[in-house]
Amino acid sequence: MSGTFVGMPAFPKAAHDALGNATLRGNLRHATHTIRAKRARAVAELDDWAALREAGRRIKDHTLRHLDRYLVQLEESVTAAGGTVHWAADADEANRIVAELVKATGESEVVKVKSMATQEIGLNEALLEEGIHAYETDLAELIVQLGEDRPSHILVPAIHRNRREIRDIFRSQMGEWGRPAPEDLTDAPAELAEAARLHLREKFLRARVGISGANFMVAETGTLVVVESEGNGRMCLTLPETLISVVGIEKIVPTWRDLEVFLQTLPRSSTAERMNPYTSMWTGTTDGDGPRTFHLVLLDNGRTDTLADQVGRQALRCIRCSACLNVCPVYERAGGHAYGSVYPGPIGAILSPQLRGTASEIDASLPYASSLCGACYEVCPVAIDIPEVLVHLRERVVEGGPAVRQGNKVMLRPAKGHAAERAAMRAARWAFTRPAALRSGQRLASRTRRLHPRTLPGPGRAWSGTRDLPAVPAEPFRDWWQRTRGGKDGTK
Amino acid sequence: MSSRERILGRVRRALADVTPDERPYAEAVPRDYLREHGARTTEQTVELLAGNLADYRAIVHRSDAEELPYLVMRLLNQHGSQEVLVPPGLPPEWMSAADPVRIHDRAVSTAQRLDQVDSVVTGCAVAIAETGTIVLDGSPDQGRRRISLIPDHHICVVRVPDQVVSSVPQALERLDPARPLTWISGPSATSDIELDRVEGVHGPRTLEVVLLS
Repeated sequence: MSGTFVGMPAFPKAAHDALGNATLRGNLRHATHTIRAKRARAVAELDDWAALREAGRRIKDHTLRHLDRYLVQLEESVTAAGGTVHWAADADEANRIVAELVKATGESEVVKVKSMATQEIGLNEALLEEGIHAYETDLAELIVQLGEDRPSHILVPAIHRNRREIRDIFRSQMGEWGRPAPEDLTDAPAELAEAARLHLREKFLRARVGISGANFMVAETGTLVVVESEGNGRMCLTLPETLISVVGIEKIVPTWRDLEVFLQTLPRSSTAERMNPYTSMWTGTTDGDGPRTFHLVLLDNGRTDTLADQVGRQALRCIRCSACLNVCPVYERAGGHAYGSVYPGPIGAILSPQLRGTASEIDASLPYASSLCGACYEVCPVAIDIPEVLVHLRERVVEGGPAVRQGNKVMLRPAKGHAAERAAMRAARWAFTRPAALRSGQRLASRTRRLHPRTLPGPGRAWSGTRDLPAVPAEPFRDWWQRTRGGKDGTK
Repeated sequence: MSSRERILGRVRRALADVTPDERPYAEAVPRDYLREHGARTTEQTVELLAGNLADYRAIVHRSDAEELPYLVMRLLNQHGSQEVLVPPGLPPEWMSAADPVRIHDRAVSTAQRLDQVDSVVTGCAVAIAETGTIVLDGSPDQGRRRISLIPDHHICVVRVPDQVVSSVPQALERLDPARPLTWISGPSATSDIELDRVEGVHGPRTLEVVLLS
């Protein structure tokens, strides 16, 4: 994934630092609580939500289980409609394809619709190395790009910024990139939106190349779908002469009819609206309307590795609504940056370690970035059992075992950092199978309880750094039971 | 080996556990969700459309064929429009009373030129009551996608009740995926500042929907 995140500290360290930022916590709390209540209302409007959710789950599962067939069908239908299909096994290949396509047009700037796939592969940075400037046009992406920041949310990448911070970024940075912000810009959201409109307008009107992702690709018709709010998507999808869409291979649905499920569940889950302001659907190219050239780049980049895991593959059902982020108590407090990936929150905690593997410190720590409360599973519109996958990935980190990386079977080694835990478990097994030893040990612990440290020494330090050690009672339970016969004789 | 073959090979190896006799698509997906939500008369469905459009800040008007030219005239005057874009197949009588200069969208017109036009008047392909959505499909009374995008003021005429459906599933049945489709639910908006909805970003900031009966 994007080089931006290389060398990120593990989640506990990053989260610990983020927790010290009171502004960040305030911004996140405000935003996630606003959207939570609205989403619940939008979902409650549909009596058949459970049936829609189940249909969405089954459509995605069926597609994934026959993905080879649907990919070939999609390629045929997109080609028949006038598009050109490219295949990219990894981020580098996708970036190379896009850069070559842009260069072939003779252009040195492109306008972009917000897309997770192009974020994931670090397309903007790769294009810049080739002398091509990519302008983000989604308001939140613009805030991130102007602020030289990193995204912290799937839907609203600048969720960690409040209106005053956004105003300051616009005032100081817009002039560097194009039309400056108005002198008297205030922090009223409507004024900030107006400033973005004016700043980006000239870029839209002169753009010759647009780059997008897609929310859905329909195999039977070759139709691509982009769901958005601002109209920047429509601008990028219709005004340029060349359109390049980079889409993960898991975004396929088999039929046109399948959209009837997701166009009901996605807007209500993401922005809590009955319908988002704009949805664009296009099938190849249309004479006299929109781009004359259309390229579709199908992206693997770890998706087939994820598909090979029978428990973990359900993560590929994700439609990127971000409802799981908005309800997550861990995300609300730690913020998106701590996850060290363009995919933060609960879905990121199961997607990043599967797409990238668990070799790095941050990826090995992500399956633990959860209290397993299950709120994410409850709200997921395609019923991804995130807690189940988290536990599965924890097991993989600790125990190691077979996995697939870049299409090759590998044997993962057990994590080193868990030696102390394994030793503690072995000691516990020894003690619990020897009643006499357990009793002596418990009595000794009770008698010495005033001398116990509040934190563990040595390898136990990390464990007790975030937990209180359990208080040892003055008398072991089994002694108390024998002395009082379970409290029946009234003594305490 | 091409990347196409490499990726398809990886997919097939990843799916080694999938048996060839798995349930086919038609049986794999239960369709027991509703075709529409609630039972309504035609008039109630139109009412719901009007209510949901207004809920997302579209301005809703009602008119009949006789009154429509004067309503369009009034709306354009209120907006102070000097020029109005018209798609090639817009019924001429809709614009018969309008004062502003009619600009026809031609293939050679640049986006910069269209940016100077104040308003656009279009028909639509279908309107969805439950979500307050109008869908354009590039038919002659709607024109190219860009004409309903660049001007800041969009007047969209919906023929009621013929063009109105209750739900998203019913709308998809009526639409042709081979055409370029634009689904519009209220004026351009964003939730990007503190996850709160604000109207008015890149698309038309004023959306007026005329329900024509």
